Amino acid sequence: MSRQLNYVMAIREALFQAMQADPSLFMIGENMRAGIRPESRGLFQEFGDDRVIDMPISEAAFTGFATGAALAGGRVIVEYQVSSLIFPAFDQLVNQVAKLPYMLGGQRFLPVTFLIMGAGAGGGRAGQHSDNPYPYFLHAGIKTVFPTTPGDAKGLMLAAIAEDDPVAVFAPVGVYGTSGPVPEERIAMLLGQGVVRRAGTDVTVVAGGPHALQAVALAETLKEEGISLEVWDPLSLLPLDKAGLEASVNKTGRLVIYDDSNRTCGFAAEVAGLAAERCFHALKAPIKRVTRADVVIPYSAPIEAELLPTPNRLEAAVRAVLG
Amino acid sequence: MPDADKQSLDTDAALYRRMRLLRRFEEMAGDLVRGGEIQSAVHDYIGQEAVAVGVCAALGPDDVITSTHRGHGHILAKGGDPARMLAELLGRESGYNKGRGGSMHIADLDLGIFGANGIVGAGAPMACGAAFMFKTRGESHVAVPFFGDGAMNQGVLLESFNLAVMLHLPVVFVCENNGYAVTTPIGEVLKGSILERAAGFGLAVEAADGMDVRAVRATAERAVARAREGGGPSFLEFGTCRYSVHNISAGAAWQDERAEAELADARGRDPIDRLAREMLAEGLWSPEDRTRIDAEVESELEGGLGFARNSRRPDPESAYDFMYARLYPGLPARGTDS
Repeated sequence: MSRQLNYVMAIREALFQAMQADPSLFMIGENMRAGIRPESRGLFQEFGDDRVIDMPISEAAFTGFATGAALAGGRVIVEYQVSSLIFPAFDQLVNQVAKLPYMLGGQRFLPVTFLIMGAGAGGGRAGQHSDNPYPYFLHAGIKTVFPTTPGDAKGLMLAAIAEDDPVAVFAPVGVYGTSGPVPEERIAMLLGQGVVRRAGTDVTVVAGGPHALQAVALAETLKEEGISLEVWDPLSLLPLDKAGLEASVNKTGRLVIYDDSNRTCGFAAEVAGLAAERCFHALKAPIKRVTRADVVIPYSAPIEAELLPTPNRLEAAVRAVLG
Repeated sequence: MPDADKQSLDTDAALYRRMRLLRRFEEMAGDLVRGGEIQSAVHDYIGQEAVAVGVCAALGPDDVITSTHRGHGHILAKGGDPARMLAELLGRESGYNKGRGGSMHIADLDLGIFGANGIVGAGAPMACGAAFMFKTRGESHVAVPFFGDGAMNQGVLLESFNLAVMLHLPVVFVCENNGYAVTTPIGEVLKGSILERAAGFGLAVEAADGMDVRAVRATAERAVARAREGGGPSFLEFGTCRYSVHNISAGAAWQDERAEAELADARGRDPIDRLAREMLAEGLWSPEDRTRIDAEVESELEGGLGFARNSRRPDPESAYDFMYARLYPGLPARGTDS
């Protein structure tokens, strides 16, 4: 029986092992010393204030600080405690760190890892703490991963840190309570590789994070009716495993994308576009997207739930593409 | 190409030479814009030369600067090669950024030039990050972000002041106060005092005449020495004057010419003429020396322009290069790619 670890603890283990392995790596973020977030708790005490630096509530400046450190030869992990905290740093993310290596003609690449906690909605956190803002990063050309299981969380965190480019790790809040097998060794996964979470033959469901787990659960339910769902989890949103997506859609001929980012220009739109371009002749039904509505996520439970992609809506979409 | 002697700013003649290079580079760039050889606009630095040259005279090769949209002067002052800068302006493969940046983004990381930048104030936090690396590696280098008076209203700059003080970083913030946030007189959009605003963050502050290169150098030397010795960050304000409009483009002209009286006053304090006069009065050189240096500058720029013009433009297929250190299938996506 392989070792079981909680999702957030898997991120923490990756951070500790990466910091131990590379003495030049350092990490910045808010409230590191107090350790208010479990994934970074104890890092300050272990590695000291040279390598784990408490930042003021200045997301723009500390993002640019990481860029400057990388320009000067450093490797940096930047933590945002809540996904929406990337917005105060937007210029430094999309206009600076994402563009500088190209604009400098490749004089230097920038090994900065952005650990973005608290991604996604649920539980009444309202409009400014419920976003899944990865489409902004994809649009900006920043490599982005979205780990679903604890094993993915550790492996992709290590992969992000090993990369010589900026990489964003979006950790969806909906899986923080989960546990699963996690290797004890410091083994990085590969970017750009999706995974078939559950093999099937009738419909491909593309989903990541908690939505991948929900899709797997739905697949078990529908199996009793003789409906065979394949759940394909991209894990890495940029680079995206286009060949893996194509293989799954060509096999099933039907595609439902189940994604908790905004509908317009969201991740599901990109997946649908790719499948339409690559798999048109294999498709037996129009592609369907089950996404978040293009509405600010509200506080009150019934209206919050109304706007989010749910297993019931996924099921309806699956039945629709099956005719 | 610049030789070692030309790189040094140790003598007054070297200060003069470099300021003259900045001035003539910008005049050449303006001509190239108007003549259509430079495809986009340039923000020229004419009138402000004493600030970049005086500050960079206090810096060594391992110190780092960040620059602004008006960046040519800082880059030349820090030792940038005018030939490779002109090549960049002409969109050539041999340019500093291989034609990917243009006027507002020239950088040479090997010379500690962390780049001009198209966003006001954006370089300041990067200077702090570089300074942090110097400090943690036990190096005595200093980081100097240049910015204008307009940047004093930009949040990321003010956040950077706090970061530098909080982490006791070797940063010397240099505010070039040319009196205008693009076209808006700074007094209309910035209330209170710039120096007091910086002092409020706990920065050591000092101001000097930005039209006097020796005063700038002396002021910068104090701040840089302090930073090198672990004395922490400081903030310098240099009053100066941009003679020209906000930017020069071949298309619609900017209608922000200075009032004639204001310009006449500034030209009367022109930093290049001022140093030349002082050196003559002090017997440091003869009029012939000035003529000779001016001719050397012309020759260097003509050589640089020839280099730029003779360099090839980037191959269209190379447009996809340098987005990432590590590539993956389908990355970066092409516009016709799926």
